[in-house]
Amino acid sequence: MSTLAEHRTPDRATAAARLPKPFWNPYLAGFLLGLVLLGTYLVTGRGLGATAGFAGVATWLASLMAPAEMQTNVVHAKYWNDGAPLLNWTLFLLIGAIVGAALSGWQGNRFRWSVERGPRVSDGQRLALAFVGGFVAAWGAKIAKGCTSGQALTGGSLLNVGSLVFMLAVFAGAYGFAYFLRKEWL
Amino acid sequence: MLPLASTTEFTLGAELGIALVCGLGFGFALERAGFGSARKLTAVFYFYDMAVVKVMFTAIVTAMVGLFALSAVGVLDLAELYVEPTNYAAQLGGGLLFGAGFIVGGYCPGTAMAALATGRKDGMVFALGMLGGVLAYAELTPGIDVWYKAHATPELTLPALTGIGMGWWALAFVAFLLFAAWGMGALERSFGHWRPQR
Repeated sequence: MSTLAEHRTPDRATAAARLPKPFWNPYLAGFLLGLVLLGTYLVTGRGLGATAGFAGVATWLASLMAPAEMQTNVVHAKYWNDGAPLLNWTLFLLIGAIVGAALSGWQGNRFRWSVERGPRVSDGQRLALAFVGGFVAAWGAKIAKGCTSGQALTGGSLLNVGSLVFMLAVFAGAYGFAYFLRKEWL
Repeated sequence: MLPLASTTEFTLGAELGIALVCGLGFGFALERAGFGSARKLTAVFYFYDMAVVKVMFTAIVTAMVGLFALSAVGVLDLAELYVEPTNYAAQLGGGLLFGAGFIVGGYCPGTAMAALATGRKDGMVFALGMLGGVLAYAELTPGIDVWYKAHATPELTLPALTGIGMGWWALAFVAFLLFAAWGMGALERSFGHWRPQR
């Protein structure tokens, strides 16, 4: 039973190497995020986004089920892209973001198959809440024409009034519900 | 003259390649900040870790100062940058819903990518929920798009609204960030006992 012996006396160097490395100082990470946003503006003339990438996938899914809607539905028509809804700029941004985050997480030993939750809810409850939250957040982002990326960061840096209103509303909505959801997180 | 897109015609392949590269930096920065973790993100709503506000605010101010400085020296034409039209009711109502979804779900759309890329199953489920929400909006409430356009004000920025130049606003935001940094440090010390022990 050599494996058991290894468990009893773990190699200290290996154990230390597997510990997650600390996150960056938030101001440094914010500065880097700001440079990415600035660079995106300087190249494309538009900033970052996220929700539009999901919209491209949604329109593609809808086209498989109801192709006629691509002309009649104003939302799908916007993302139909002449029959190539998956060649969506923001969707490629999201794919890049997944790769970038995976690289960062791998380098920092932070990859974990896990469910993020407080100790007082079960994994199942947390996953159900994650689905509901994603659904509501996406609906809100569609109404507001953007999310934390497209409105708050991108519009905020250009002092877009709608973006600043959106940002205040997001924090108001989240702080308003925080008390009722403390069991999920604390 | 910048932005590049105003003077260069990119092919579709080049545009999508640019998207991948920008996304790479975007996802890297989000994960470095700790935003692949729903508990780190929602901590801001219980005041014991204000990283979300610190990162967002610093990013906004960095980009704002950069945009202003580059336009002031004549390298960047601000008029060529896209500004989403403002519809107060939509940004207020949509923002409140979004905020509720954020604390219930634990993520926002961009940070869910950082979460699922680092193995968080709740991040994957949040992304599935988002797909459902976006599809539901298109199928059930597409009229909101029409209403939005009919009641939107184009190019409504604080400089346009107030007549005070972008440079002054950028200066004010830098000053506010410094003040907020001090305030957030005090908040974190006051609410440190809310930090979960496991």
